Amino acid sequence: MIRIDSVTKRYPDGTVAVDNLSLEIPDRAITVFVGPSGCGKTTTLRMINRMIEPSEGTITIDGKDITQQPVNTLRRSMGYVIQNAGLFQHRTIIDNIATVPRLLGWDKAKARARARELMERVGLDGTLAKRYPYQLSGGQQQRVGVARALAADPPVLLMDEPFSAVDPVVRKGLQDELLRIQDELGKTIVFVTHDIDEAVKIGTMVAVMRTGGHLAQFAPPAELLSNPSDAFVEDFLGADRGIRRLSFFSSAGLDLLTTPIVAVDATAAQIAERSTKDVPYLLVTDVDGRPLGWSEPGALTAGAVDPARLLPYGRPFEHGKESLRAALDGAVLSPTGWAVAVGADGRVTGVVSQQTIGEAIRSAHAEGRSDEKVAG
Amino acid sequence: MNVLHFINSFFSDSSHWHGYDGIPTRLREHVQYSLIALAIAAAIGLPVGLLTGHTGRGGNTVAFIATAGRALPSFGLLVLMFVLLGLGLTPVMIPLVVLAVPPILVTTYEAVRSVDPSPVDAARGMGMAESRVLFQVELPVALPLILSGLRSAAIQIVSTATIAAYVSLGGLGRYIVDGLYQRNYEKVVGGATLVAVLALVTLGFFGLVARFTVSPGVRRSAP
Amino acid sequence: MSGGLFDIPSDLQNTYWGLVGQHLREALIPVVAGLVVALPIAQLCVRLRWLYPPVLWVTTILYAIPSLAFFVVLIDYTGQTETTVMIPLGVYSLVVFVPAIVDGVRSVPQETLDAATAMGLGPVRRYFQVQLPIAAPAIIAGLRVATVSSISLVSVGMLIGNQGGLGNLLNDGMIYHQNRLVWLSVIGTAVLAILADALLVVVRLLVTPWMPRGTRKPRPVDEPEPVTAALEDAVR
Repeated sequence: MIRIDSVTKRYPDGTVAVDNLSLEIPDRAITVFVGPSGCGKTTTLRMINRMIEPSEGTITIDGKDITQQPVNTLRRSMGYVIQNAGLFQHRTIIDNIATVPRLLGWDKAKARARARELMERVGLDGTLAKRYPYQLSGGQQQRVGVARALAADPPVLLMDEPFSAVDPVVRKGLQDELLRIQDELGKTIVFVTHDIDEAVKIGTMVAVMRTGGHLAQFAPPAELLSNPSDAFVEDFLGADRGIRRLSFFSSAGLDLLTTPIVAVDATAAQIAERSTKDVPYLLVTDVDGRPLGWSEPGALTAGAVDPARLLPYGRPFEHGKESLRAALDGAVLSPTGWAVAVGADGRVTGVVSQQTIGEAIRSAHAEGRSDEKVAG
Repeated sequence: MNVLHFINSFFSDSSHWHGYDGIPTRLREHVQYSLIALAIAAAIGLPVGLLTGHTGRGGNTVAFIATAGRALPSFGLLVLMFVLLGLGLTPVMIPLVVLAVPPILVTTYEAVRSVDPSPVDAARGMGMAESRVLFQVELPVALPLILSGLRSAAIQIVSTATIAAYVSLGGLGRYIVDGLYQRNYEKVVGGATLVAVLALVTLGFFGLVARFTVSPGVRRSAP
Repeated sequence: MSGGLFDIPSDLQNTYWGLVGQHLREALIPVVAGLVVALPIAQLCVRLRWLYPPVLWVTTILYAIPSLAFFVVLIDYTGQTETTVMIPLGVYSLVVFVPAIVDGVRSVPQETLDAATAMGLGPVRRYFQVQLPIAAPAIIAGLRVATVSSISLVSVGMLIGNQGGLGNLLNDGMIYHQNRLVWLSVIGTAVLAILADALLVVVRLLVTPWMPRGTRKPRPVDEPEPVTAALEDAVR
C-alpha cells in the first residue's frame, strides 16, 4: 500500500501545488487522481517516484519511506507511463520495451524475449518489434509505453495522462486494454487524468482534487456519483449524474418476460398464443433467435412477416452482464419503450419494459446497493 | 580557359608528385594538422557542450562564446600568434583550435537542448542514472546536429590551415601562398583545387559517419 | 617611427580609417548583394519544395570551399582587385541566407497563412505583409552570421594584392616587426564584427517588437535546422 502522509509541495515563488494531502492508495487496484489544471494531481504522482520531492510530509510504500532507498532503485521498481509515451526514437520498439530489464542487468536475449511477451500482452503485433517509434501510430506508441512500463514486472504502475493525447476511439480501446491487463496482472496503479469519465470508468478508487492541491473527495466511483461531498465535486462530475450512476447497478436482478416473442416463421396460432393483453407488442426474431424488430400482434401475417415494417428494437443489452443503464438506454431507444435482453451469443433471452426497469432502479437505491462496476 | 589549363599542367607535372613539396607530402601534412586540431577542439568542445546542454546551465556563456568565436578574425589571429610566439606548430595550432571550439561547443549545446523532453523524463522516471540519460537517450538523438557541428569545425580548420601557410605552416596552403609570391599561377590554382577537393572530401566523410552512426529511428527525414 | 597609434606605413597608401572603410566596403556590399539574390532563390525553394534539397546540397558544397582557394581561382578573371574578394564573400553570404530565409518563411504557421488568404490577401501581399515579417528574426540571424563572417574573411584578401582592408596591416606588421600593426588589425576587425553584430541585434529588437524576449523554443530534431545551425558558427 502506498501511503501519502500530510504531503505538501510548495514552490519557491509561493505556489502551493499540493496542500497537506493524506490518503492511502490500495494495493492491486487502480486509483485515479482527477481534477482541473493546477490541482496537483501530476505533482502528487511525480512525488511517488521522487521526480519531485515533497516540501513536507512523507510517502511510504508498504511501510518503507521512499526517501530511505536510492532513488534509482525506487524508480526501477515502478513502471512510469507518460503522455506522448516518451519513447526513445533512436531505439527499436523491442529495445524500448527492454530498457528497464537491461538496466536491471538482464542479458539481451532474456530482455528481448520478455519484450515480445509484453508486446503480445498489450495487443501489439509482433512484426512491429524491429520498427522505430516514428513508424507507429499514436495509439500504438502508447501501448509500447505501457509495455515498457510493465517490462520488469513492477508491482506499482504510475500513469500520467497516458491516454490524453490520442483520439477518443483509440482512447476507449486503450482504456479497455488497461482494464483487461489489470484483470490479468493485478498491479497497483496510480493513474492521473483530467477526464472525469475516464476516472469513473477505470478507477477502483477516485481522488478528486481541487485547484490549489486540496483533496475534495476520495471514494469509489459509485459513491462519488451518488454522494458528491461538495458543490465542486458535483460540478466536476457534470450532468447526468443519476443516469451515469446506473452503470453501477447490474441488470442481473431484472425480471424478464419471455412470452411476447415470436420467430419470423411463426404460425398464426403461435402468434395468437404469444400475444397477451399486458404487452401491446410482440418481438419478432429470426430463425436463430436474434432480434429483428417489434410489431403489433394484429399487424403480423403468419408466414409473411416483412422485417422492413417492424419497429426498431433499439440496442439489446446483455442480461446479467451489462448494467441497468444499458437496459434503460435500450428501452429508451425503441419507440415501444421496451428493451430487449440478449445472451452472449446475441440470442434473445427476454424483454423488459421501462416501467420494470424503473422499479428495479428504485429498489436498487432503496437497498443502498453499490455493485462492482458493471460494463456499460 | 586559363584556369583549367593551369590545373591540368599542375597535376600532370610529375615533379609535383614527389619530394617534400610533392602533393602526397603536403596533403598528408594538411590532413595531419587538421586532424590534430579537430581532435583537440572536439576534446574541449564536446564535453563542455554535452554537459551544458544536458544541465541547461551556462546558456548565456555559450551564446557569448558563439559571438566571440565568429568575431575573431582567423587570419589576424594566425599572424598575431606568429609575431608573439614565433615560428612553429603551436602558434598555428592555437588559433586553429580556438576558432574550431565555438562551432563544436555551440552546436553540441543546442543539439542537446533541443532534444524532446518527453523521452528524457521517461528515462529518469524509469530509474536511469543521469549519465546514462545523457549518453543513451540525449546523445543518440542529438547526434545529427552534433556531427554537423563537427563537420563545420573540420571544414573551418581545413580552410584556416590553408591560410596558415602564410605563417610558414606546411600543407596544401603552401602551394597557394608560395605560388602567389612566385607569381606561379599554375601552382596557385593547383593548390586551390586540392584544398577545395579536400574540403569536399571532408564533407563526404562526415556524411558517411552520419550514415553509420545515426540510428535509423532518428535519421528518417534529415537531408 | 614617430607619431600616433594609428599610423600606417606609407607603402599601404592609406590611412587607418581608409583601411577600415575598404574593409567595411568589401564586407558589407557582398552581404547586401547576397541577401538580394537569396530572396528570390529562397522564395522559389519555398514554393517548389523539391527544389530545396538540391539547392541545399549546392550551398553546402559552396560553403565548404575554403576562402583562399576561392579567391585565387578568381584572380585569373577579375585580377587582384576588391571584386575578387567580394565575389566569394557574396557567395558565402548567399549560402547563409537561403536556408535562413527558407526556414524563416516556412516557420509561419499554416493557420496564419490561411487566415490571411481568407481575409483576401493575395500571394504578393501575403509574402510581404505576413511571411517576411514573421521570417524577419531568422533573416536577421542570417544577416548576423553573414556580416560577421564577411568581416572576418576580408582580412584574407590581403594575400590578393593587399585587398584585405585591415588585413593589409598584417603583412606590414610582420615585415616591419611592428606588433602594434598586427594588434591594430586583429582588434580592429574584431571590434568591427562585434559592433556590426550588436547593431543587428538592435535592429532585430526594433523590427520585431512582437517577439517575446529570450524565449527558447524547443526545436524538434527532425526540422531542417541542422544546416543553419552548422553554418551559424563556421567562420572561415
